[in-house]
Amino acid sequence: MQPLVELDNVSMAYGHGAQAVRAVQNVSLNMRQGEFIAVVGPSGCGKSSLMKLISGLHPPASGNLRIEGKPVNGPLRSVGMAFQNSNLLPWRNAVDNVLLPLEIVEPYRSRMRRERALYRDKAVKLLNSVGLDGFTEKFPWELSGGMQQRTSICRALIHEPEILMLDEPFGALDAFTREELWCALRDIQAERNVTVMLVTHDLREAVFLSDTVYVMSNRPGRIVKRCDVNLPRPRDLDVTYTQPFQDIVHELRALIGGKH
Amino acid sequence: MNRDYLVTRVLPPLAFTVGLFLIWEIGCRVLEVPLTVLPAPSEVFAALWKYRVPIIENSWVTLWTTLAGFLIATVFGLALGIAVGWHRAIYAGIYPVLVGFNSIPKVAVVPVLILWFGLGEIPAVITAFLISFFPIVVNVATGLATTEPELEDVLRALGASKLDIMRKVGIPRSMPYFFGSLKVAITLAFVGAVVSETVGANKGIGKLMLDAQAGFQVPIVFAGLLVLAFLGILLYGATVIIEQRFTGWAFRGQNR
Repeated sequence: MQPLVELDNVSMAYGHGAQAVRAVQNVSLNMRQGEFIAVVGPSGCGKSSLMKLISGLHPPASGNLRIEGKPVNGPLRSVGMAFQNSNLLPWRNAVDNVLLPLEIVEPYRSRMRRERALYRDKAVKLLNSVGLDGFTEKFPWELSGGMQQRTSICRALIHEPEILMLDEPFGALDAFTREELWCALRDIQAERNVTVMLVTHDLREAVFLSDTVYVMSNRPGRIVKRCDVNLPRPRDLDVTYTQPFQDIVHELRALIGGKH
Repeated sequence: MNRDYLVTRVLPPLAFTVGLFLIWEIGCRVLEVPLTVLPAPSEVFAALWKYRVPIIENSWVTLWTTLAGFLIATVFGLALGIAVGWHRAIYAGIYPVLVGFNSIPKVAVVPVLILWFGLGEIPAVITAFLISFFPIVVNVATGLATTEPELEDVLRALGASKLDIMRKVGIPRSMPYFFGSLKVAITLAFVGAVVSETVGANKGIGKLMLDAQAGFQVPIVFAGLLVLAFLGILLYGATVIIEQRFTGWAFRGQNR
């Protein structure tokens, strides 16, 4: 089967010529349709740059980047993104925030005027599915951090993207809320069979959620290890206390290095 | 209007204002300040009442020239602010010129305006405009510049054009800055109109005060000042109401 995303020896740099800062170097990786991958590594290792690369926001300096077999040149509409900061628009309530992508992406954009009620329903259902029943009309400041992040993930999903890109989406949340959202994300991915790329610092998070974990080195980021997580699905939180889980986390931790 | 509101929001400013006038009145009487230096409030209010017809006529002229200048400044400032915030090159190109232009004291421009347009309301309108558009431009541009880069990425990844990003995010985001700057701009426009009138005009509160001063009718001069202060509060209050109406989301927690 043809992989959905193929990176073949891809490098990326910011700036030009001698001052160029190499962010990603000779990265090769594949993502199957429906695969959940996590990219972990020390801070500033180019994890976020990898995301920009795959979403088409920044062109590669060298190497081949193909999605569905086609080279990427320019932003892909089939991508949904969410970040550590929920970046919700404070003048819109939760539903209207979720509807934002539909006001931009075709074919929804031109149908927005006619189909608004339908799309609204869809957004409300999506928000309900992540446990935001009764909060759909609330404004961002009336939502807790976890709720804001759920809303942000709904916004990334509303246009039914093929690839969901998450850049440390749970980084600013407390430990309990974070685990709650791991489960929410796990269920979303299982239900929609969407391909997910999760960038994170949290090794437990990476191992709990993904099929494959990639470890990146310090800048310029290279992939130093590809690790298959063969824990059976569906996984619940108890799996994080088992020996096989701990072993994988431990192995990854050793690869990242740093002073202890 | 409930009791709480009355006690915390209405009574204190009222008491403070009345107290200020009382101290002024007592001070004038005790120290026997000559009328030509500082008239007591009782004399100022008497003059206000006595000359109410010319004062109202001239206030009206000042008011509408201020508002006309302010309106032009709002439209122009918003447009230029969006242009400046649109692209770094436009910002780099226009900004130094804007700062230079803003540094010119507008009093110095009034004689030129009178030369071009003659005595009348037009120089006042233009001065009000010239003096008040700058803060609007700067604030709108700042608001646009504060758009989160991540949010821009989210939208760009969806294929949003620069125009889409401006319409959906940039412009709404800069609205609190815009309405905030209107509060500054309206008082500046008012200053501009009055300054222009005192340099050369045939109507307006500034002109009225100039004439009164020439005739040593000091109570009228102070009556003019009082009217200016009153109009200033009125205009400022109006922009505050507009601001809260349009950007209530930026004032959460204060009035909810």
